[in-house]
Amino acid sequence: MSGEFHDSVVKALGDDALRQHLRRAMDSLIEKRLAVFPDQDALQALRRYGMAIRGNALSKLPQLLERFEARCEENGVHVHWAETTDEANKIVFEILQSNDVKRLVKGKSMVSEEMGLNHFLEDKGIECLESDLGEFIIQLAGETPSHIVMPALHKSKQEIAELFHEKFPDIPYSDDVDELTAVARGILREKFMQADAGISGVNFLIAETGTLCLVENEGNGRMSTTVPRLHIAVTGIEKVVEKLADVPPLLSLLTRSATGQPITTYFNMIKGPRQPGEKDGPQEVHLVLLDNGRSRIFADEELQATLRCIRCGACINHCPIYTRLGGHAYGTVYPGPIGSILEPQKEGLERLGELAEASTLCGACGEVCPVRIPIPKLLNRLRWEGVRQDGTGETSGQGRRRKHSESLAWKGWSSLASRPVLYRIAVKSACRFRRLLPQQLGPWTHVRKAPEIAEKPLRELVEVQGFTDE
Amino acid sequence: MNESRQKILDRLRTVSREEGGWLQRRVDKRAWSEEEKVQRFAECMSAVRAEVYRTSEVSWVKDLQRILKSKGAHNLLYAPVKPHGKLLLEDFSSSGIELLPYDLEVERWKRRLFEEMDASITGCRGAIAETGSLILWPDEEEPRLLSLIPPIHCVLLPAEQIYSTFSEAVDIQGWVEGMPTNALLISGPSKSADIAQVLAYGVHGPKSLVVLIIP
Ligand code: SF4
Repeated sequence: MSGEFHDSVVKALGDDALRQHLRRAMDSLIEKRLAVFPDQDALQALRRYGMAIRGNALSKLPQLLERFEARCEENGVHVHWAETTDEANKIVFEILQSNDVKRLVKGKSMVSEEMGLNHFLEDKGIECLESDLGEFIIQLAGETPSHIVMPALHKSKQEIAELFHEKFPDIPYSDDVDELTAVARGILREKFMQADAGISGVNFLIAETGTLCLVENEGNGRMSTTVPRLHIAVTGIEKVVEKLADVPPLLSLLTRSATGQPITTYFNMIKGPRQPGEKDGPQEVHLVLLDNGRSRIFADEELQATLRCIRCGACINHCPIYTRLGGHAYGTVYPGPIGSILEPQKEGLERLGELAEASTLCGACGEVCPVRIPIPKLLNRLRWEGVRQDGTGETSGQGRRRKHSESLAWKGWSSLASRPVLYRIAVKSACRFRRLLPQQLGPWTHVRKAPEIAEKPLRELVEVQGFTDE
Repeated sequence: MNESRQKILDRLRTVSREEGGWLQRRVDKRAWSEEEKVQRFAECMSAVRAEVYRTSEVSWVKDLQRILKSKGAHNLLYAPVKPHGKLLLEDFSSSGIELLPYDLEVERWKRRLFEEMDASITGCRGAIAETGSLILWPDEEEPRLLSLIPPIHCVLLPAEQIYSTFSEAVDIQGWVEGMPTNALLISGPSKSADIAQVLAYGVHGPKSLVVLIIP
């Protein structure tokens, strides 16, 4: 592990309160998910359907994006394309500038986190206020989301109460959830009224109809996309599906896998700006489609499965590593299993390849993923990409995680294992000199006993039992 | 900008894969009777603290007045040109609840909309029994914010317009043929569990959702 990642892991593991808090939160999410999928066969059938829908969309991705864009133009939505996050930020800024926007409200969007949009705009003097309650809290705290669905998951009620008290000293202290929520409602309603623009993410794009679909519980997404005169949506190029009929099954998989809800409070389908005669809705709607490494992920037949993701967070909720570390220790925009396959591909293996290594490959993520992304298999694949030397892979930074000492050790092992005589001698000497093995093996033995080598090799023990080579 | 579009699409196009003709789409629906659908809908709605009342063509206006009074509402935002709006106009004068038409563009009375409205009423385009969801297609008469800004949102729902699933509603109502600028599924009052996973209602949207089912 690199210094930075190592340090954040050690720090997270030392935080007992955080670990207890996460364990409780994850247990309840796991239980809720189970409760809304009472029928195992139906769940598996729906997962296969979800996988086919997303797989179908990816198999025609360029055509669908073009079809989607054409529909959008008919509907009056302006579509912009950005290869990098820098470019996406500039596009958003230019739209805001030409509309003379000083203040904007934001609905939850992980792609905007990927872009670092808030910082970018605030440096340019535009006020960006997060309006999702969880995002609002972490923005107040000056933090980043620790979960892709529940951004303030890491914060306890008391921490939030203290934060509110510190930031809004005029409002009496309370750690009552309803009162805290009412405080946020009051502040944000004022902001919705004043905002010149709203920025949101998107959950699905429908190529057939040119529709933007947003999933949410609070109503802040609807506020941000309806009250201000300008709406800008930002999303990844992989979010498109072919037909409207593809949306109901995906929506059902998404909300049930994410929070165990049969459906969220609002499902918001946006076709275009305010039409003549209509009394509300934005006058202009823009959509920024971001690549940021996705087209490179697309190029690899196996790794392409990464792009099926519908960002439900179920893999995160079921991950034993995430549950012990929390999201911040990963140091990336997307934490947990999905982050560990997505981030190394996006940012390059030399920088983030170690995320694919920080996994026990227990398989829980792959089992719950509603679109059946074989996450453990992809983690393994990325480990290999990190050390392969043939230079033919698509992933950036391939081969850059190869360590001289490790490859030497494996070479030694492979030459030993392919020479029977040498192998036997080695095994025998290991047994004979087993007492010479040190009792302290670095961090491993801080909490465990060192492994003991048996007196006799397995082969001999088996022979004594009367088994032969066959 | 156009250059980026070209580059992204070119990169995607260099990967030639077999196109997924293998996707078998299906309309997922249940063989529920109207009564079963009403019941399932009401159960789901109640589970998220929406209030569901079974009323009738003749008594809904009175029922609505009673409900609004019990909630202490002083005014009701509505769409005067809709048939239900006309009925309200005939019968609301004695109730002491002021009827306010949503007949101006939002920019012209934003602050009033946000600060003075207690309740609103809209129709809907049906509902979904499986998940307890109302289908709203806001239009010129019933704008989008009618169902979002006032703390109490009331909805009239004809029982025969409840579909078993979302998939069935999309199919039978022929959504592909023409959707409005904004289509919505609403499944309860606004809520959040962002503070320590404790559920709180009325975050940004309505604090209560009242559904009046008319047989
Ligand atoms: S990888 Fe699968 S389980 Fe994880 S967020 Fe994406 S869709 Fe959900």
